[in-house]
Amino acid sequence: MNPVVAGISYRAVLGRRRVWLLILLPLVLIGLSALLLAFGSADERSAVLLMEKFAIGTMLPLLGLIVGTGVIAPEIDDGTIIHLLSKPISRPVIAQTKFLVAASLLILFAAVPTFVAAYLLVSGESGIAFGFAVGSLAGGVAYAALFLLLGVFTKHAVAIGLVYALIWESVVGGFVPGARDFSIQQWAQSIADQISVSSYQTSTVALGFAIPALIIVTLGAVVWSGQRLRSFSLTGDE
Amino acid sequence: MTAQTVDTPTATAGAAIELRQVSRWYGNVVAVNDVTMRIGPGVTGLLGPNGAGKSTLLHMMAGFLAPSGGVVTLNDRPIWRNHDIYRLIGLVPEREAVYGFLTGRQFVLSSARLHRLPDPQEAARRALATVEMEDAADRRIETYSKGMRQRVKVAAAMVHDPQVLLLDEPFNGMDPRQRMHLMDLVRAMGAAGKTILFSSHILEEVERVAEQIEVLVAGRHAASGDFREIRRRMTDRPHLFRVKSSDDRRLAAALIADASSGSVSVSAGGLEIQAVDFRRFTWLLPRVARDAGVHVYQVAPSDEDLESVFSYLINRSS
Repeated sequence: MNPVVAGISYRAVLGRRRVWLLILLPLVLIGLSALLLAFGSADERSAVLLMEKFAIGTMLPLLGLIVGTGVIAPEIDDGTIIHLLSKPISRPVIAQTKFLVAASLLILFAAVPTFVAAYLLVSGESGIAFGFAVGSLAGGVAYAALFLLLGVFTKHAVAIGLVYALIWESVVGGFVPGARDFSIQQWAQSIADQISVSSYQTSTVALGFAIPALIIVTLGAVVWSGQRLRSFSLTGDE
Repeated sequence: MTAQTVDTPTATAGAAIELRQVSRWYGNVVAVNDVTMRIGPGVTGLLGPNGAGKSTLLHMMAGFLAPSGGVVTLNDRPIWRNHDIYRLIGLVPEREAVYGFLTGRQFVLSSARLHRLPDPQEAARRALATVEMEDAADRRIETYSKGMRQRVKVAAAMVHDPQVLLLDEPFNGMDPRQRMHLMDLVRAMGAAGKTILFSSHILEEVERVAEQIEVLVAGRHAASGDFREIRRRMTDRPHLFRVKSSDDRRLAAALIADASSGSVSVSAGGLEIQAVDFRRFTWLLPRVARDAGVHVYQVAPSDEDLESVFSYLINRSS
């Protein structure tokens, strides 16, 4: 990890308008929890439903997309990445640093609020809050790596990421059971399900598949991003 | 961050970039075609019209583009996929490529820290002073003019005192005073033994700064040499003039008698004269007109644009 690259990346992501999106989604999650609490619906079933559908099903992939692509894609678009790449620092180290920045932001803006929102509803009951927080953390780390890779590979990272998160994971995954095996969201749900003992929680992907898949996707995407940056080319305006 | 001492780039004297039979193509389009050149200490200008392949060539020298064919080396070490090479190279890209949310000082300081200089604060201060940006150094870059951004980019590129400085169209967007200042700076660095290459499509710009000129036209290395030599070749080429006078036919008859007028044609719009000896022709025309009693209303060079000058050079080289 390079502290200068990390510092610039944090400022780039948090200093732009997208910081409001990063704050808005967790606020909505905690707000929904507060509403359920206020209307007396703060039970285990509604907590699991809120965490599955919103925290991990919606918020996590969207934040993953904003942060994962946000740590590198805008810099590639406007050429500022040259400032980092024209220095005697290994390009894989730059990719790893960008990944760590994205992953840490997802822990802060996704995993922590997930824990807070679930805890508001059911405290420590059935390990729901802890389970979803760990699931969100694991999923967040994988999303950070995957969307970083997309950001390095293509100018259309956000569009492709949206198609993956909204169409593949949410729509196709909803109808085609096999598609769920290739869904970070489902892997995160599996981990949450394993930790929690709530009977309302069900996951379709076996933990024995989800954990190796998360590790392979995360490591593979970070390594590939580094290799891709080693061959980063300026195609010029000519 | 802990500053670490590393081998200083100044340990290598007289750095040289070498291109051997370098080509670069994009699909069926050839951007750079079989270029061989050596860029040694001093200031070299890479001159060519827009679209000639200057940026492509410069990107290959800076390690930001792989040659499709041939080899690009710095002191015999390959540049492509070799991040250690940036200890010796400072790059000023054409695109703005600056973080608007940083101040000028933070930007240059980040460069010093990324180079792991022993005293990054002092190195940044010195680089900012060199480009006369101390007063504005604590303002965010997004508030800077284009010329100021350019100068802060130069400061960031030279903060580690590199042996090689590559500048892509560095004078674009600068006001005349800033331009003069950067030209002086580039000349001084060249005189100090640094290897400096800058690209430009403006001959006068290159002429004022560079000792050596490499001309690139349509991806090909059209000419190479001392600027006086290039200038002479450009001046000595056949020039085409359009002349309007009180009596085109009489003037044509008088001009054709002299060898400096290669061909003369008369049309409704005036005379079109191909001058094979530029200096003699420009000396001769007013005298011939006076002796023939003809009033000259207009003399206009019709092929003075750089494109035609470059076309001449490339035709000559092939």
